Amino acid sequence: MTSTHTLEPNPAYQAWRRWKSRGMSLLLGLCAVAVISPLFLVLYFLIREGASALDWNFFTQLPKPTGETGGGMANAIVGTLMLLGMAALIGVPVGVMGGIYLSEYGTERVNYWIRFAADVLNGIPSIVWGMVIWALLVVPFKTFSAYAGGVALGLMMIPLVMRTTEEVLVLVPQSYREAGLALGIARWKIVTIIVVKTALKGIVTGVLIATARIAGETAPLLFTALGNNFWNHRLSDPIAALPLQIYNYAVSPYDDWHRQAWAGALVLMGMILGLNIIVRIISHGHKSN
Amino acid sequence: MNESAAIPASPLLLAAPRRWPDRAFRWVALGAALLIVALIILVGWQLSRGAHLAIAKFGPGFLASAKWDPVTDEYGAWPFIFGTLVSSLIALLIAVPLGVATALFLTEMAPVKMRQPVIMVIEMLAAVPSVIFGLWGIFVLIPWLRDHLFQWIAHSWLGYLPLFKGPIYGVSMLAGGIIVAIMILPIVTSVSREILRSVPNLQREAAYALGATHWEVIRIAVLNYARRGIFGAAVLGLGRALGETMAVTMLIGNRPEVSASLFAPGYTLASVIANEFSEANSDLYISSLFELGLVLLAVTFLVNAAAQLMLRTLTGSGTGKVS
Repeated sequence: MTSTHTLEPNPAYQAWRRWKSRGMSLLLGLCAVAVISPLFLVLYFLIREGASALDWNFFTQLPKPTGETGGGMANAIVGTLMLLGMAALIGVPVGVMGGIYLSEYGTERVNYWIRFAADVLNGIPSIVWGMVIWALLVVPFKTFSAYAGGVALGLMMIPLVMRTTEEVLVLVPQSYREAGLALGIARWKIVTIIVVKTALKGIVTGVLIATARIAGETAPLLFTALGNNFWNHRLSDPIAALPLQIYNYAVSPYDDWHRQAWAGALVLMGMILGLNIIVRIISHGHKSN
Repeated sequence: MNESAAIPASPLLLAAPRRWPDRAFRWVALGAALLIVALIILVGWQLSRGAHLAIAKFGPGFLASAKWDPVTDEYGAWPFIFGTLVSSLIALLIAVPLGVATALFLTEMAPVKMRQPVIMVIEMLAAVPSVIFGLWGIFVLIPWLRDHLFQWIAHSWLGYLPLFKGPIYGVSMLAGGIIVAIMILPIVTSVSREILRSVPNLQREAAYALGATHWEVIRIAVLNYARRGIFGAAVLGLGRALGETMAVTMLIGNRPEVSASLFAPGYTLASVIANEFSEANSDLYISSLFELGLVLLAVTFLVNAAAQLMLRTLTGSGTGKVS
């Protein structure tokens, strides 16, 4: 840069700088539009294609055999709910207890590594969970099962629940704990009836978010829950799940199945958005951004 | 969430627990926390056990061999490693500039009233399951790419590059990369946003005081300051991209070939496992798929660990809460 530039402002150059700034601002705005547009495109097509295929039968009937039109995904909807229930039975207690340890008992150094491990665990590709559970629960019992699917989803849930639990527990004021200690309450009771209870809303929120996250998981179910065209009567049998059914129908060559896949996707998306909306209602006014 | 570091150790720690239920409760909590570590070991161990046969048979040559032939029971990982790297790189090339730009828009420019809705939409985008992106990709994105974007690229000067040569099927590395880009955009954007928000206002004010325009403030004071963090965000996005399974499986074409053209179908580590695992009919076949899983695990582990370490030193909290 020459000194003439700094001493005598060049009007053309100043104008160029201003226009460049405006141009870049516009560009950034356009990028933001590009980033949010896929959501609307996906939702638009989900509703357009899915709503027409959605009828009462979809919620009440079993899938029809290849070649016959009609039928529904009743078993897959129930299957997904059952799998989520089993996953929560594993993911919630372990995740919440882990979060309690991080927030109430862990030292700075230990916590650092456990958090690190949780983040790494969170990053393990979901398909890898499928293989691991296949080796652990499908091979020894010689059958695909609802149990295996539930465990796969449950293990994926643990780090999610643990991190959110920790985050809300540390927000509980220390004076609450000190008040409990001053009253001579046992420490485990301080944690459960004071700390956890104070932060319960946040913990429930975290659990719902984690549930919404795993509700759409397909890869870990491919070779654990496997899918099933009929009702599941025993948890040791394969079980249907919405994401699996959507996948199988989407890659099939039949038009009627494609329609059903769209309808299934609309229902699944509805479930997930519904959970997210519940979360927003619960945590309304609690989370500042 | 920086407060968590500032809070002194919990008062529950100050004195030793008095009664056995206290101790039991504490041990259970510790057990739950340590289970996380145990799970990582379990995953690694199970995969290595499953891959044992393939490792013994093919040795390190497995990684470099491009032959994948279940009929003759010969397996090599190279086409899948190649496909995974290429589709993830495409995804990064699209998602990082767009994500950072959106984060800049949100932190530096957008009116305050507009921020929250946009952030909410991006969070919703993160909530869309992979399989739904796949479904949408098959029936909406692929036809559009095949009939419009890819045609346009092939007929422009770009068509002379080997990257964009060959027949256009729609399903392709490029399509897989694009769908992964959409899927990692939310995490790249939200982590970048967190990084940008941690840039001190003093930086911006100093630049304004020197007469910088809005864009110059962003470029000189904000982006420069946040460079390392944005790199971390990109690495985190890479970790996600590498492991993406369902949407990629549905769009990439699933052919174990190594081709210079992005229009050609490919295959990734995750999608070959998703597609072929339940059909694998020989022990060596299954074992080879397990070795692919082990490769995938090792790569994502390294990438994620690097990203976490990078981001943790910057934000102090890691990124566990970012979906």
